[in-house]
Amino acid sequence: MGGVWLIRRIAAAAAIVFAVVSITFVAIHLAPGSPFLPPPDRPLDTAVVARLNRQFGLDQPIRVQYVRYLKNLAHGNLGYAFSRGQTVRAALATTIPDTLLLAGTALSLDLGLGLILGVVLAARARRATDVILSNLTLFIYSVPAFWLGLVLVFVFADWLHWFPGGFTNTPGLYENLPFFGQLGDRLHHLALPALTLGLVGAAGTARYQRAALLETLGREFVRTARAKGVRERRVILVHALRNSLLPLITLAGLSLPFLLTGSVLIESVFSWPGMGRMATDAVLARDHALVSGIAMVASAMVVTGSLVADVLYAAADPRIRERAT
Amino acid sequence: MTTRPTIALVGALILAMGVVELLRLRARRSGSGRRFFAHRPAVWGVRILLFFTVAALLAPLVAPYDPAAQPGIVTLQNTPPSWAHPLGTDAYSSDIWSRLVYGGRVSLGVGLLATLVAMTVGVTIGAVAGYAGGWIDSLLMRLVDVGLAVPRIFMLLFAVAYWNRIPLSILVLLLGLTGWFTTSRLVRAETLSLRGRPFVDAARAIGASPTRVLIRHLLPSALAPIIVSAVLSVGNVMLLEAGLSFLGFGVQPPTPSWGTMVADGQAQLALAPWTSFFPGLTIALVVMSWNAVGDALRDAFDPRPEHA
Repeated sequence: MGGVWLIRRIAAAAAIVFAVVSITFVAIHLAPGSPFLPPPDRPLDTAVVARLNRQFGLDQPIRVQYVRYLKNLAHGNLGYAFSRGQTVRAALATTIPDTLLLAGTALSLDLGLGLILGVVLAARARRATDVILSNLTLFIYSVPAFWLGLVLVFVFADWLHWFPGGFTNTPGLYENLPFFGQLGDRLHHLALPALTLGLVGAAGTARYQRAALLETLGREFVRTARAKGVRERRVILVHALRNSLLPLITLAGLSLPFLLTGSVLIESVFSWPGMGRMATDAVLARDHALVSGIAMVASAMVVTGSLVADVLYAAADPRIRERAT
Repeated sequence: MTTRPTIALVGALILAMGVVELLRLRARRSGSGRRFFAHRPAVWGVRILLFFTVAALLAPLVAPYDPAAQPGIVTLQNTPPSWAHPLGTDAYSSDIWSRLVYGGRVSLGVGLLATLVAMTVGVTIGAVAGYAGGWIDSLLMRLVDVGLAVPRIFMLLFAVAYWNRIPLSILVLLLGLTGWFTTSRLVRAETLSLRGRPFVDAARAIGASPTRVLIRHLLPSALAPIIVSAVLSVGNVMLLEAGLSFLGFGVQPPTPSWGTMVADGQAQLALAPWTSFFPGLTIALVVMSWNAVGDALRDAFDPRPEHA
């Protein structure tokens, strides 16, 4: 793989994140008012507002503020999230692991289940199994994820009491458990939110994989394999499947925006203290510093996702590798 | 349910079924029409969409009650489905079926209008970028790259924060303005591939202006993928609107939308699951219909060799 290609690709990714940061900065500063504009029910002395504005440098021209913001960013200082009483960096550091845990589990479910289902659908194309399951995947693909979450909470938490309906662990109990008990408790809490997000994703992956595999099954080399007398099972699982797997890499990279979107809603349903729920709270609290921090991290995640997918794709596909050199 | 809403409901059902059969008769004449109607989920999709559209348009006739009425906040709250309240009542004793019918006006309307905005912007920018080329193209496509780097719901959340109670018109605009990126890429690619064709050169040779070439010659040829992406986008926008409304940032109460109805029911999920269940199921059915219709349109417009 060409080093130049990789460097250019990384530079483009960094430029995109930089653009997102800058646009967010401008958008927030164009917003009317200042962070110290008192709410109407709690009047604040204008002299105090002016002093606070001066203290935080908000009375300076936007150009100066922008340069200072970038300087701080370069030092890893993302500002102070007043709504949480901690720095933006600390706020992100406490919430991102939970979001990654949820999104990562959901992604493995998404790809694993979606792949198997897609292969079954393609192998049984146009027969009863395919028709029934295809309609089911179309339905799940179209379901609002937060509603699916509520349905699962109702069935498995409120009704059957198999799984807890929210939070990452059992408060009060968790702290006193041994290590494996803690792990079990966390997994128990992870099950429903990850299943919700994973199922919706798997439905999309299955639809995609079915189409990709069917397309591959129509190609010449598959006909050759069949003509040689290779058993159908082997034709599908070895000859065709391997060749239809490549686009799945891109799909996985592109599913980051979906997972982040899902996390905003699913974290709200399951009281999951991740970045998505923090975004909602930050918007409600008009915490601009935190909002910019989240925008930056979200875009960095999306851009990295597609970057990694591109690199993996090039590593897996010799045709692309040749062209990228 | 009294007689009038029952008759109106049956009427809406018959109308939806009937229109589909009429369309099927008309579609028989063309190959792509036949291909579309061979797609069974899509035919059901058209029926479902027509039914909810007719019900929403005729809401005062179809809804048995006033959607905002709270006839008995103590005696009638959270009553399970019954003949009087086919889908039950919510925490404010309002009839869920009536709210669903009226909410359809908001949810379907927002979905359609926001898609119209997104398509207008996306087609314009994509066509300009593809046809103009050069730095205009690079600039616009870098903008698209940036737009696609932030998940749409984050963009919407951050934009929505400028308003305390966001007006419906602004919500539509924001949903549209965050949804044109992929469409513009698609239209740009189509324009680029068509730009060098002889019919475009011919149009230019007889002195057609770039605008005329774009509108009269290029866009009609690129219409099929635009229609498919528009249809798929309606479902997507409806999901986003539902999600935003669920979080409390979208359609503002007391206006009923399907997303806000799911949110309203969340608090009494264990007590009265029907308050969240039916609005969510409706969203799923309608979004599924849009997706099925979009899939079928794609196959109908672009017949690929029969696979497998």
